[in-house]
Amino acid sequence: MADAVITVEDARKTYGATRGGRGGKHALDGLDLTVGRGTVHAVLGPNGAGKTTLVRILATLLRPDAGRVEVAGHDVVREAYAVRLRIGLLGQHAALDEQLGGRQNLELFGRLYHLGARRARTRADELLARFGLADTGRKAVGQYSGGMRRRLDLAASLITEPEVLFLDEPTTGLDPRGRAEVWDSVRSLVGGGTTVLLTTQYLEEADQLADRISVVDAGRVIADGTADELKAATGGDRIDVVLRDAGQLGAAVALLPVPKDEITVDTDRRLLSAPVADRMTALAGVVRALEEAGIRAEDIALRRPTLDEAFLRLTGPDDDRAEELVGRTRGGGSA
Amino acid sequence: MTTHAPLTHPTAARSQTGHGRTAHALTDSWTMTRRELSRWRRQPVAVVVGLVFPVMLLLMFGYLVGGGRGVSGDYLGYLVPGMLALTMAFGLEGTMVAVTQDLDKGVVDRFRSMPMANGAVLVGRSAADMLQSALGLAVLLAVAAALGWRADGGPAGFLGAVGLLLLFRFAMLWIGIHLALVAGKPELVQAVQILVWPVGFLSNAFAAPESMPDWLGTVVQWNPMSQTATAVRDLFGSPGGEPGHVWAAVAWPLALLAVFFPLAVRRFARLSR
Repeated sequence: MADAVITVEDARKTYGATRGGRGGKHALDGLDLTVGRGTVHAVLGPNGAGKTTLVRILATLLRPDAGRVEVAGHDVVREAYAVRLRIGLLGQHAALDEQLGGRQNLELFGRLYHLGARRARTRADELLARFGLADTGRKAVGQYSGGMRRRLDLAASLITEPEVLFLDEPTTGLDPRGRAEVWDSVRSLVGGGTTVLLTTQYLEEADQLADRISVVDAGRVIADGTADELKAATGGDRIDVVLRDAGQLGAAVALLPVPKDEITVDTDRRLLSAPVADRMTALAGVVRALEEAGIRAEDIALRRPTLDEAFLRLTGPDDDRAEELVGRTRGGGSA
Repeated sequence: MTTHAPLTHPTAARSQTGHGRTAHALTDSWTMTRRELSRWRRQPVAVVVGLVFPVMLLLMFGYLVGGGRGVSGDYLGYLVPGMLALTMAFGLEGTMVAVTQDLDKGVVDRFRSMPMANGAVLVGRSAADMLQSALGLAVLLAVAAALGWRADGGPAGFLGAVGLLLLFRFAMLWIGIHLALVAGKPELVQAVQILVWPVGFLSNAFAAPESMPDWLGTVVQWNPMSQTATAVRDLFGSPGGEPGHVWAAVAWPLALLAVFFPLAVRRFARLSR
C-alpha cells in the first residue's frame, strides 16, 4: 500500500512456550496486515483468534516473538516510545480510575501526556463536551453506565489526537444503546485523518464502521477485503423465513430461486434461511412467491450472515469461492 | 508523504533526549502521586477507616485483651512500638490491592501505551503509600500520646525510630508490588492478605518471645518485624527495647529490598512478554 500506517509482516507470538520455544499457545502464527492512512480497518474473528494479542503488540504492550511490526513509521519494539507518542488505545476493559471523576481521569491522562496543567484541563473539558459527558464530569467513573464509561475511555485515548487509534472490541459487553453511542463516536473520528484499527467479533460492526476488514482465525489472516467483497465471498445477506406450518417447509424451499444446498432448514423452529444477492428484490420476490403458493409466513427478515456462517464459508474445506473473490486469502484450513 | 499533524505536545522533541526523559520521570511520578491524593479526597471514609483500624487494634490489645505475656513494666509502652511496626507490615495489603486493581482494570496497560516514564507507575505508588503510612504513624502516635504514652528516647531517638518504621514499610511496599504483579488478579490478593496476619502476629508486637515455646520464640525473634519493633522500643526508651537491634532493623529491610525491588522492577518490565 502506498501510504501504510500499520505494517505487520509475519508476526508471531507464542504464550507459555518453554525455553526451547516448544509448546505453548500460538496466539499469532505468521500474521500479515497492512492498514492505509486515514482508513478504518476491522480485524474480525472469534474469541482466541489472536485479535487482542495483535492490538497489544501494535500498542507496544507486548513484544512479538518474531516478525516486523511498524506503526506510524516506527518499529514497535525498538522505537516503542516514538510509537507511543502517536497512538491511542482503547482496551477491552475501560481503563479508567473508577474512584476518580470523569474530568479527573482525563486531566490525569493529559498530564501524563505532558500537556501541562492548563492544557490538560481545557482538553479534558473539550473532550467531555464532545462525548456528551460535560454534565457528569464530576461524578466518579464507578457510577457511570457502560456506554458512558466506554465514551470516556474513548475520550481518554484521543487526548493527543493520535495518528493511529486502536480499539479492542469496543462494544463487547455493551447494550444496544451503548453500542450505538460508541459507533457514532467512532464514525465522528473518521475524516479527522485518524487511522483506526478495531477488533470485533461482530460482522455487523465491521460492516458498519470499517473500510476494510481482515478476518483472522488461529493467529493468521484468512481473508481480507472490503465489506462488500467479504460479504460476496461469504454469501452476502441472508433471508430468514418462519412458516406457520412446518409441513410446508419443503414446498417453500422449492420456491426459492437459490441452489437447494445453500438453504438451511430448521424444522423445530419452522425456519428456512437462504443467501440473497439483492436484498430488496429478494424480499419482494419471496413475499410474492409465498403468497402465490398460499404458504403462510409468520416472519420474514433480512439479515447479515452471522460470523459463524461467514467462518464456515471462509474456512470450509471445499469452498474456493472465498479465495477467488477475496483474492488475498492465505491458506485458511479449518482446524 | 503527507503528515497528519497530531496535537503533539511541546515536549515531544525534547522527550527523546536523556534530559527530557529524566524531567518526565519526575513530573510523571509526581502526577501519579497526586492521583493517589485525589483518590483520598474522593474517598475520605476509606482513608479514615484505614487510619482507625490500627487504633482499634491498639485499644483492643491495650485494654480489652490486657497485658502481654512475658512483658515486664508498662504494657502500653511495650505495645505502642509493636503496633506501629504491625501497621507498617499491614500496609503491604493496601499496596497489593491498589496495584492489582490497576492491573485488572487495564489502567496499567493504558499507562504503558503512553509516552510517559513507565517507572512513574511504581514510583507514584511508592510515594503515595509512604505518605499514607507516615500519616498512619502520626495518627497512631497521637492516639498513644492521648492515652498517656510517652517516648523517652529524646528527639534523635524518636526520629530514628520513625525512620526505621518507614524503612520497614518501604520494604513491605516493594514486596507488595512484587506479589501483586505475580498474582495479577484481585482474587489472588485475598490469599496473600490472609497470610499477612499470621506473619504480623508471629512477632513480638504483643508479647515477649521469651514467654513463648522455644521454637515459636525463635521464629518470632527472627521475624524482621520483631527486629524493627525491638529497635524502635530501644530508641523510644520503651519496655522490651534491647540495644544493638538497630543494625538488624536496618539490615533486614535493606536485604528484603535488595531482593524484592529488582524482582518487582523486572516483573513490571516483563509485562510485555
